[in-house]
Amino acid sequence: MTCMEPSSSSSAEWKATASQEEQWALEHHVFRIYQLFCKIPPKSQAVMLELQRDNHIEYLMKGLRQLGPSFSVLDANRPWICYWILHSIALLGDCVDEDLESNAIDFLRRCQDQHGGYGGGPGQMPHLATTYAAVNSLITLGGHKALSSINRGKIYSFLRRMKHTSGGFSMHDGGEVDVRACYTAISVASALSILDKELILGVGDYILSCQTYEGGIAGEPGSEAHGGYTFCGLAAMILINEVNRLDLPNLTDWLVFRQGVEGGFQGRTNKLVDGCYSFWQGGAAVLIQRLHAASVGEAEDLFQSHALQQYILLCSQVEGGFRDKPGKSRDHYHTCYCLSGLSAAQFRWPKDADSEPLPGFVLGPYSNLLEPINPLYNIVFDRYDEAREFFTESNDA
Amino acid sequence: MDSDEDERIPLRQRPEWSDITPVPQDDGPNPVVPIAYSEEFAETMDYFRAVYLADERSHRALQLTSEAIHFNAGNYTVWQFRRVILETLNADLHDELEFVEHLASKNSKNYQLWHHRRWVAEKFGSEAAGRELEFTKNIFLNDAKNYHAWSHRQWVLQNLGGWEYELAYCDKLLEDDIFNNSAWNQRYFVITRHPGLGGIEGIRDSEVNYTIKAILTKPENESPWRYLRGLYKNNMNAFITDSKVSTVCLKVLTSKVNCVFALSLLLDLLVHGFEPTQDLKSALESLIPESNNLDSGAAARVCSVLEIMDPMRVNYWRWRKSSLSSHVEDGVKNLSVH
Repeated sequence: MTCMEPSSSSSAEWKATASQEEQWALEHHVFRIYQLFCKIPPKSQAVMLELQRDNHIEYLMKGLRQLGPSFSVLDANRPWICYWILHSIALLGDCVDEDLESNAIDFLRRCQDQHGGYGGGPGQMPHLATTYAAVNSLITLGGHKALSSINRGKIYSFLRRMKHTSGGFSMHDGGEVDVRACYTAISVASALSILDKELILGVGDYILSCQTYEGGIAGEPGSEAHGGYTFCGLAAMILINEVNRLDLPNLTDWLVFRQGVEGGFQGRTNKLVDGCYSFWQGGAAVLIQRLHAASVGEAEDLFQSHALQQYILLCSQVEGGFRDKPGKSRDHYHTCYCLSGLSAAQFRWPKDADSEPLPGFVLGPYSNLLEPINPLYNIVFDRYDEAREFFTESNDA
Repeated sequence: MDSDEDERIPLRQRPEWSDITPVPQDDGPNPVVPIAYSEEFAETMDYFRAVYLADERSHRALQLTSEAIHFNAGNYTVWQFRRVILETLNADLHDELEFVEHLASKNSKNYQLWHHRRWVAEKFGSEAAGRELEFTKNIFLNDAKNYHAWSHRQWVLQNLGGWEYELAYCDKLLEDDIFNNSAWNQRYFVITRHPGLGGIEGIRDSEVNYTIKAILTKPENESPWRYLRGLYKNNMNAFITDSKVSTVCLKVLTSKVNCVFALSLLLDLLVHGFEPTQDLKSALESLIPESNNLDSGAAARVCSVLEIMDPMRVNYWRWRKSSLSSHVEDGVKNLSVH
């Protein structure tokens, strides 16, 4: 374990700008944690690095059963909350009991629109992002009942209806068009084996127009390169088999520079690190590694897996759940994406995208090892395989 | 009424709503992720569902969407229905501007609010340009990197106009905070898309000078380094032949400050065919410990230095080095998928 020093606090020749002040304050906070860690005996270090599985499961299960009034601002995101929780539980190698499973399937069925797609809650308009979240939730639950509750024919009509003249997709009827919409539409279609030429047409052009001079991908043409959109754009381009149209060397260069001295990833150049980018940027790095492995036959890490795991476990982890950074509160979103990023960092990626990843370096006790994901969809590897088989057979039937 | 400021009268006690039967949410007997809604929230949404299902495009329905949005600005269904009502009623959209501004003052990170604002601005057309630019400017006073606000501003410039002072505005923001990458990105947007500037080729020289000045002020600032590369996008020949680029690398390499970005830029120059000057070679030599001085080409040496100076990206620099020899320095350009 190395104890890193703040990078730039010494250069105080001019008045610091707002960006610098924020960055230095965070570095100070993070390095205090790392310094404390370095001073304590190895036994205590092992405790600090331990993934608090029981606490996380307790936090997640509680959310599945009841959410307080403050969650009203997420009332149009309930399938997302389902996905963040169910995926986190699956990553931890656990599952929900039969009743909860059946309740989740029933609830998501009520979010499904009669003309296809899932809304943010019962009776809400269908939306691409909540459709992605609902489909990923049901695939994560797995089994005939969950998978057959998805009306694939109607989802296909919904996806076609969301197709925009730009080549991208609208989030909902009259909704915004961006790279997130492209990814969620393509991911859902691919996972359900309903992806076809009509859906793909123009998507590659749209995403390509969002790659910026920095190398990363923006939400819309002209906007700033951003971790979330970079993952979405890259994964969608792989899924439609057009990834080589992107400037991958430039994307890779931008991506690796997003890992900060704190070990975590930032979403954009000169912004603060945030635990959720452990997946958005870490997952994108894994996708690049897989492409690299497929071409040269080696699966070498692209980023510092050790440093990322350290940031997630020591700075993002709290007693039950994960957070953006020290000083912030936990939430289900950050719990999902910190765990997803942790899993991405723990495995080695074989050159054959269909074969299961193998455990690589695991920081802390080996019991920290999570389930591997399929990084294109961010679904636990086995669950995705089961769904793929289920839907391919449905197509043949 | 403004639901979060005045005393709220329950809808069921308001005479104008007496003809409506509220529609409860169909959550089922045992929902997962159930939210313990406040009574006010639940009632507002029950009445909203009633008018939404009846497709009632009335003034009271419009008022109700305001109340629902104040409770949860993320409910896209409510926003969408609001637009349908506004269209039908042919409503005065000036009120919408105020409505959005009030919400943005409380939470400006919300897709729906900005999507709605774009819709309203589009209705006004080019007369709205100045006001919309001002609106985003006010957001940047508190949050200079607000992603939604930047997207909105770019949409305004492209669709409604107002380009005249945009480069000066970028100057101002970068003067305030040279690390503000959103402002650098906006600068790139302006020089590549401003209809009156004639494109990147015409403005490159002055932009390169501006960027180099920024680099020399704070060599540890990644933004101008990336911007500098961007200025030569699609023109690799100019990139490797313009002596200003290699000169800034040399200056930073010899000034004993953080030079990871200078080395990284030098590496890009080298792999694209740049022949290093004697000065650059010497500067590079002085950075390499004797024992490591075994690599054959200059590019490989730069990678070796970077492996040491930039341990966070040691894997990446090794990767770059290994791709030098295998004729795939374009990295992962020709990869097959699946």
